[in-house]
Amino acid sequence: MQAGALVFYPVAALAIAGAALVALSTNIVHSAFALLGMLVGVCGLYLLLGADFVAAVQLLIYVGGVVVLALFAVMLTHRVGDPVVSNRSVGRLPALSICGAGAACCLVVFWRVGWQGERLAEPVATTAAIGDSFLKEYVLPFELASVVLLAVLVGAVVVSRKELK
Amino acid sequence: MEGIGLNHFLSVSAIIFALGWYCVLTRRNAIGILLGIELILNAANLNFVAFARFSDRPIDGQIFTIFIIMLAAAEAAVGLAVILGIYQNFGLTDVEQTESLRL
Repeated sequence: MQAGALVFYPVAALAIAGAALVALSTNIVHSAFALLGMLVGVCGLYLLLGADFVAAVQLLIYVGGVVVLALFAVMLTHRVGDPVVSNRSVGRLPALSICGAGAACCLVVFWRVGWQGERLAEPVATTAAIGDSFLKEYVLPFELASVVLLAVLVGAVVVSRKELK
Repeated sequence: MEGIGLNHFLSVSAIIFALGWYCVLTRRNAIGILLGIELILNAANLNFVAFARFSDRPIDGQIFTIFIIMLAAAEAAVGLAVILGIYQNFGLTDVEQTESLRL
């Protein structure tokens, strides 16, 4: 087995196992912690794909921010230990058939299509190129993103604060 | 990287997407639904980076991924703030019993 496959399969297994635990766990706290495993697995796949900056961003924003935020929300809402209250799930069988059929269709197509461009260049450090793109071709979306973040900051505070009586 | 092609990464992404979809469809806790949306967004990001790696312009797909990660963080912040707001007013996070944000 080549080195690439040796790294790929454990990392992919970590990502899929984390995702399965998020979707199937009966305890919402377990789901929130399993999200951590999925995000780290996807981060490993990014590294395998030569996207070092995206992997760092994934770790910083998702693992450092979103998971902590989700855990806060889980623990601030009540009776998280009781799965009937905290993590009720309905319509398992129809959902399973729809999602299973969708995934099966995708997998069949992915493995039957002859993808072009299988020959890869050596991965290079991408941070400088990404920074250049942000300030050249993508400067307008970049600035728009900062406005969106400001709006989110204000909106989240307004929505979640206690009403003054 | 011999032996590991584009379809391997796409397969992982499809499985993660299906699990996230299942999570969104079955969960009735609003936080659980948000976790499912995070799964779906990560699957999309993985596709972007994988296609970018196997194309001639590897940077563009990564830029899209960074924008999606940024918007996912914003979505999670606002979504969880809304859930906490509902919880403060009504004491529940079940999406079937929730109809408005304030009393």
